[in-house]
This record gives sequence, C-alpha cells and structure tokens, in this order.
Amino acid sequence: MRKSWRHRFHLPAVIGTIPMILVALGVFVIGIGFSVLWSFTSSKLFPTYDFVGLAQYRRLWADNRWLVSVNNIWFFGLMSITCNMVFGYLLAVFMDQRIRQEDLFRSIFLYPFAMSLIVTGLVWQWALDPNLGLQEALRNWGWSSFSFAPLVSAETALYALVVAGIWQGSGVTMAILLAGLRGIDEDIWKAARVDGIPTWRTHVSIVAPMMKGAFATAFVLQCVGVVRVYDLVIAMTGGGPGIATSMPAVYVIQLITVRQNVGQGMAGATMMLLPVLIVLAFSGILLWRRTRRQEAGV
Amino acid sequence: MAQNGTSVSIQDLSLSFGVVTVLQTLNLDVAEGEFIVLLGPSGCGKSTLLNCIAGLLDVSEGSIFIKGKNVTWEEPKDRGIGMVFQSYALYPQMTVEKNLSFGLRVAGTPKDEIAKRIARAAEILQIEPLLQRKPAALSGGQRQRVAIGRALVRDVDVFLFDEPLSNLDAKLRAELRVEIKLLHRKLQNTMIYVTHDQIEAMTLADRIAVMKGGVIQQLDAPQTIYNRPVNRFVAGFLGSPAMNFIEGQAETGASAAFKTGTVSIPLDRYAFDAAGNSSGPCVFGIRPEHVALGEAANAMPFAIDAAVEIVEPMGSDTLVWTKLGGQNFSFRVEAEKTLRNGEPIRIGFDPARASLFDSQSGNRM
Repeated sequence: MRKSWRHRFHLPAVIGTIPMILVALGVFVIGIGFSVLWSFTSSKLFPTYDFVGLAQYRRLWADNRWLVSVNNIWFFGLMSITCNMVFGYLLAVFMDQRIRQEDLFRSIFLYPFAMSLIVTGLVWQWALDPNLGLQEALRNWGWSSFSFAPLVSAETALYALVVAGIWQGSGVTMAILLAGLRGIDEDIWKAARVDGIPTWRTHVSIVAPMMKGAFATAFVLQCVGVVRVYDLVIAMTGGGPGIATSMPAVYVIQLITVRQNVGQGMAGATMMLLPVLIVLAFSGILLWRRTRRQEAGV
Repeated sequence: MAQNGTSVSIQDLSLSFGVVTVLQTLNLDVAEGEFIVLLGPSGCGKSTLLNCIAGLLDVSEGSIFIKGKNVTWEEPKDRGIGMVFQSYALYPQMTVEKNLSFGLRVAGTPKDEIAKRIARAAEILQIEPLLQRKPAALSGGQRQRVAIGRALVRDVDVFLFDEPLSNLDAKLRAELRVEIKLLHRKLQNTMIYVTHDQIEAMTLADRIAVMKGGVIQQLDAPQTIYNRPVNRFVAGFLGSPAMNFIEGQAETGASAAFKTGTVSIPLDRYAFDAAGNSSGPCVFGIRPEHVALGEAANAMPFAIDAAVEIVEPMGSDTLVWTKLGGQNFSFRVEAEKTLRNGEPIRIGFDPARASLFDSQSGNRM
C-alpha cells in the first residue's frame, strides 16, 4: 500500500507542483467560484451575500454598453483571428522558402509578441495620434491636407485596434505554423509536384490539412488573447471614443472599480467565462472520442 | 539526340550546390523497358540523380532526354514519369482512392477515365479492398503499394523508385521486392530504382549502376559487376560477406604470379584487362564463396595450407577466418562442416575467378 503510494507520487514532484496546485486552486477555482457566486447577489462597492437570482444578468443584457462590448469583441475576434491566421500562414510560407537571414526575419516578426500589449497599444496610439503621429509627420513634410486619425472616430477606432492586434499576433502565429510546415515530409511536396498539383493547391488541399495541430494551437492562443483583450484597448483608446471600442473585459473592470457595481461586473465576468467553458468542453469531447477511436483501432 | 529504343538518356549531367559537386559530367542511357538500379553508399549522389531525372532538382549542366524529348527544363508532371518515395508520401487526410485520383482530378481528366485507371491499378496491385481507407489505417507494405499505384494511374513511361523498401522490415522487404519484379514483368515499363541494398540491386536489376562520389563507377549486368568489378570500390561494395583483399606484388613474364610474403599465386589463368598494366604493387581479391576446402582445394589450380582462426556460423552457411600471407582471409563452407579453432586445413581457389586491382588507382588490372 505504502509502496504504491510512493510509487505514484514522487515526493520531489509533489513538492515541486504544490505552489502551482495552490495557485490553480486559489486563483482559478476559488476565484472563479466567488465570481459566479457574487454574480447572483446585489453586491455594490463591497461583496455581500444578498442573493437576487438572475437580476444582475437581466440588467447586464439590458445595458447598451455591454451589448456594444459583446458586438465589439465578436468583430475584433473574428477579424483579428482570421487575419492573423492568414498573415501568419503566408509569413510562414515565406520563411519556409529557405531565405537568407531567416533568423533576423523571424526575430523581426516575433518582436511585437515579446512586447507587452500596453507598449503595443501606446506605440500604435502615438503613431495614430493626430497631433503626434503619422498625420502630423506628413503634414510637416508639406502634405498639409493629409488627414489620418482613425482613433478619434467611433467608426474607425475598432479597425485600428484590429490592425494593432494583427501586428502583435501574426508573428507568433507564424512561428507556430512555421514549425508545422517544417514538420511536413519533403517527399509530400515532391510527390505533389510529380502529380502535377499546383503549389497553391498543395497548400490548401494537402499541407494545411496536415497541419491541423499547429492551426489548433495557434487558434487557441489567439482565442485566449481575444477573450481577455484589455490592456490593448486601455492603452490605445480607453474604450472610446465614447463606448465605441469597449470590450467585455474593459466593461467588467470599469463596473467593479469605477462604477462600484460588483454584482453586475461579476455577472459580466461569468458571461465571459461561458464561451471558454464551451470551447473547453468541446475540445475535451473531441479528445475523448479520439482516444476511444484509437483504442478501438488497436 | 537519343538513340532509338532509348527511354531515358542523360548526357554530361553535372550538379553542384555552391562549391560542392554532387554529380560530375554523368552519362547514362537506359533502354526501353529496362530495369536500372542506381546503387551506392549514402551520399554518393544516387538519389540526387533520380531527383534530377524526375525534375525535382535543377541541373547545373547537361541535359536529360526522356523518350527522345529534351526534358531538362520541363516540370516533373510533363516528363512522363511517376515516382515512388521511401516515406510513401501519401496524402494522409485522403482515402486511398483520393490519393490515386487527386493528381488526375487536378489535371481535369474525365471522371470515367479516372475510375477506369484506378480500377486497373487497384487490380494490378491488389488494393481493391483498401480503396476507402486512409493511409493511417494501412500497413507499411500496403502504403507502399498505394504509392506505386499513384505512379501507375498516371500512365507514365518511366517509373522512378527512391529507396522504396528501406522503411519496411526485412520480411516485407523481400515480399515487395518480388512484387516489384513481377510488376515490372507485367508492365514492361522502364524503371529506375535507387537503393543502397545490394540484394535489391542484384535481384531486381537488368543493369546496375554502382555510384560513388557523383560518378558512375560501373554500369553492367549484376553478374558482371559481381564477377568482374572494375575497381576495388565496386568489388568491396558488392557481396556479403565482403571480398578478401590481399596486398602484394604482381610479377609479369613467363610465370606471371601474385606474390605476398612467401605465398605465390600463379596468374597464368587470370585474364588481365587489356587496358590496365599487369605488374607492380596490387591488391588480390577473391570472394569467400569461391574458396574450396580440403579435398576440393587440392583440385584447384592454387592450394595452400592454413589454420582456422575464427568460425562464424551464419545459419545457412559458415564463415571461416584464416590467414593468407599473414593477412586476414575468409571463406564460406557449408553449415554442416564442423571446424575447430587452430585446426590445420587446406584451402584452394581458381585465380581465374579472382580480381586484381592496382594499389594506386584501385582499377582492375
């Protein structure tokens, strides 16, 4: 009995993982638990245990600001993930041509990812600021009628966020997809050439489907980034002009800190958790089915 | 221009990557329906040559003709070739049927024509029950059969095989070797086959091209290459267990002989190469299976006393190591023969079956 316990739990391994287990339990499980719990209460500045059922959720979904935030995140997510994937793949294909100075290019493309989103946001904010950035520079050079200030217009500010998101994220997508591309057997390319399949068709029909794993990894990373997008918005637009670039995470933090409405904020946080849980459950089911099929196959 | 009846003709082909020369002004003519094996150690340029023929590598100099047409700068698909790879290179997410048909569908071949060709290939290769499966659900041998099928449906003149059996285990390799030979007999296509396995080369080839350092060392029928290797490299590369090499001196004159230490082997029966010299420091090579033992040895033109050093039983026969003129010497005896270490024996062979190589150039004398 004792021996099997020691066999299963190596003491150094247990000691090594205890901090992580505590963090996981404390922050994720307990933290999320309380968030969900308080979302059913009428908590204002401080959490209380005055349960009001789904009232906070009703108020949340009646709030125009929240609805705009949800719309924004869908738009931002779909646009930036799609573009990141496309650009990332194109960059990876470009890098895979055995170009010279590959390390240099890889560093350049990966550099934005190494920077904090706050820095990314500030850089883009300055570049797009009408009085500091691109517009002012071109006007100083003599093009006095030049006008380019996407961040001050409610219609274009969200696009500016998307561009910054792509700039920041396509490098890491490239790195992941490049690893996937390099994992493709060279003979596959040769076989496709002998078969007379055009290069683009080889990419679309043969190579990309073989890179399912790399695409899934890149996709999950992008999704995680999108759901919690906060610092980029704060640094670039602060959610404005008006509420034009508000995102769920921005909304939740504002409710809890500025508007002192913990209950409704927690309801928003719980809503943000929902799609993540759905994706997790979905991938869990897929994984389970695959292992079952493999076992059946063997 | 290529001669009549020539399927693939390679003329003065050179290929270098930067300062590294991989192929050097190489010439090779393959007859219609011939089975050519490119044989050599890894890095000898045999796969590179095959990739050049396929059009997957651009050549630096020279030209390639297939069926009399200069295809040096044609795309692989326009050369009338099909290729089978070592790693099978099947498209993993497609069924066997789609793997076979994908190239044809992209080329816009009519549907009933595709179906006809797949049915024919599947019948020849006996993969009909596998058509709806994906490559992951196939064994190595089945995968390689599908890979051959992909070349087959393209209705090509020339089949190129790039070490197609190297990823299979020994038993399967032997089976598929026979199948490829049967396939060649059935289809009568020209086939060019790259391998480092001398047994595959010996069993499959009409002619073998032994390569080293980007140069074809010898191009001949398997038996000729085995019995009359043109240089020491070819002699040592073919044959397992390897040929015995004994360093010594060749003497010409009325009693031509090979001398090493106190041993003198008469060379009056040896057929010297007309072009080579016939004296000076040289290496005497004789294959282990051409050496006789005991009574049979005395019947040979040359016989000598020796002592058993080591006995290596190999199942089907036994390899015995001894010394000849102070140098290691091995020969084969039947597995039933029991020999003890140190036992005095008499060995003999016919110098007509030997090969003499110049010590300096390594060429046959």
